[in-house]
Amino acid sequence: MVGANSLYGPLDPAPDAGYPDAPPRMGFFTDTSVCIGCKACEVACKEWNGVPEDGLNLLGMSFDNTGALSANSWRHVAFIEQPVGRAEREAQFLGMPSSDLPGRDDKAERTDFRWLMMSDVCKHCTHAACLDVCPTGALFRTEFGTVVVQEDICNGCGYCISACPYGVIDRREDDGRAWKCTLCYDRIGDGLTPACAKACPTESIQYGPVQELRERAQARVARLHEDGVPEARLYGSDPNDGVGGDGAFFLLLDEPEVYGLPPDPVVTTRDLPAMWRRAGLAAAAMAATVAAVFLGGRS
Amino acid sequence: MSGHRGRVAPVRNRGDRRGPSGRRTGEDGEPMNVPPAEFRSYYGRPILKAPVWTHDVPAYLFTGGLAAGSSLLAAGADLTGRPGLRRTGRLTSLAALGASAYFLINDLGRPERFHHMLRVAKPTSPMSVGAWILTAFGPAAGVAAAAELAAALPRRGVLGLVRRVLPPAGRAAGVAAAGIAPALATYTAVLIADTAVPSWHEAYPDLPFVFAGSALASAAGVGLAAAPVAETGPARRLALAGTAMELAAVQRIEARLGLLGEPYRAGHAGRLLGLGRALAVAGVAGALLGRRSRALSALAGASLVAAAAATRFGIYAGGVASARDPKYTVLPQRERVDEGRPARDAG
Repeated sequence: MVGANSLYGPLDPAPDAGYPDAPPRMGFFTDTSVCIGCKACEVACKEWNGVPEDGLNLLGMSFDNTGALSANSWRHVAFIEQPVGRAEREAQFLGMPSSDLPGRDDKAERTDFRWLMMSDVCKHCTHAACLDVCPTGALFRTEFGTVVVQEDICNGCGYCISACPYGVIDRREDDGRAWKCTLCYDRIGDGLTPACAKACPTESIQYGPVQELRERAQARVARLHEDGVPEARLYGSDPNDGVGGDGAFFLLLDEPEVYGLPPDPVVTTRDLPAMWRRAGLAAAAMAATVAAVFLGGRS
Repeated sequence: MSGHRGRVAPVRNRGDRRGPSGRRTGEDGEPMNVPPAEFRSYYGRPILKAPVWTHDVPAYLFTGGLAAGSSLLAAGADLTGRPGLRRTGRLTSLAALGASAYFLINDLGRPERFHHMLRVAKPTSPMSVGAWILTAFGPAAGVAAAAELAAALPRRGVLGLVRRVLPPAGRAAGVAAAGIAPALATYTAVLIADTAVPSWHEAYPDLPFVFAGSALASAAGVGLAAAPVAETGPARRLALAGTAMELAAVQRIEARLGLLGEPYRAGHAGRLLGLGRALAVAGVAGALLGRRSRALSALAGASLVAAAAATRFGIYAGGVASARDPKYTVLPQRERVDEGRPARDAG
């Protein structure tokens, strides 16, 4: 099953992993331009998957009191408050509360302030570093092309956590094992929609075959550009990128790092063959050195 | 400290662009003695999850290297008729291997499931490869060490037979262990480089040489300290060669990595690596000058062992620091994108 692109490059992951008649690859398209920050996805995910609470904290980060994806948060809604336009150098006056929606009254000027919201999730990479480095086989590729941890196999070695270029997978403190989004493997096998997408009231989270989602995302970006939102861009939808494209990708309204995403992630195992070669060279140098010190002197 | 830096980071954004906090660059007027790294982040929070490993993993990097180096030294001593150095090497190797097993299992979130490592063999997982290397190395190093006990067995009966079989078996096992040892000492470099941790990953061409050199130097250190002075000639030369290999590779990492070399120079990691360098140089000097002095040899040996430990903990700490600060994740990637050369499939 090892093909030319098994470690890097465009690939359909399920057939490469050994499924001869794999169903279409399934994934998420998260369109942040319609996210309203309701966190229904976070709640639905916790409810369906029985994910423990992640601490009841006030983080002082806008409405984000989850903080980041973790072993106990498989969806995370990010909130970013940004001044826009010319007023960005001045102190912000957000206006008096009114009974109408901002911008609806034509006489009032639009506020010079925007609020970005984005529901983050495991990317289910085409080339998943977590899966590549897992020494027990606990992490595996499903027939849907997603990446899932088997909780009865994981021994909590923690390697996947350092390997993930997005900082998604994490070890649960009181449990010792690694946990992350399963793309609701138990639901999609029965033809159901994952809990987060099902609960999303604005269809910001869309679930479906990745190929179809990519086309839909392209159309959505084109539409936004036409409508005067030039900053709209796709993140993770390109099968030629450093992880071979994500099974869960996004439409963003600013640079990825603003949302806490890496701007140009690369699967670490791209360089693994080169790493083994360098280690082999060092091993040979080591053996030669020992031979030399025993043969090279009489004392 | 990293928390504070992380908090400050988003407001030090490039020029007049704003961070997610909405505040402007430099508004907090904090004096900075280095030019601010210009990047944007989500409230200064790290993008990567820092390694969840504790001190067990750097300790294993050290003991695994010591076990490997000692096996090589023991095999060389065995084949060149240096029984004292051979015994030191074999016993050190087994002891270091035992410590390695403890550290590796103790670091697991579910230690009772350590044997799950052996349910698959995965070349894409350096940890899986390492588990199999240890599985092969362990019995060989064990038999070689057991052979040192042969002289204590009675001359007659079944144990007498064991007494006669052990020395040749020990030699064969010792040579086998030495054959696997270079892999044991260097795979750990691939283990930590094959991660998203920026300063580990980018150091992958040189890390195996750091670990190989440091493994040899630490084994030479134990040899110097514990073997009869008359047999330690090879250990002295090995101390010099191993330290040279290690320090040259550390130097290359710090010089070649640019921004990602910074975590190895700053803070805790910088102090550890500086300490390792000083101890290594002192150890080599003692090894070369103390040819006839038991005490000086022991001191030099201890210094070399401590140097190897400090280097491993330093490399480990540098990587962890690079994962905790979003600067090291965002800046190199942003630079690639802005220069129009993002990661792409070459084919």
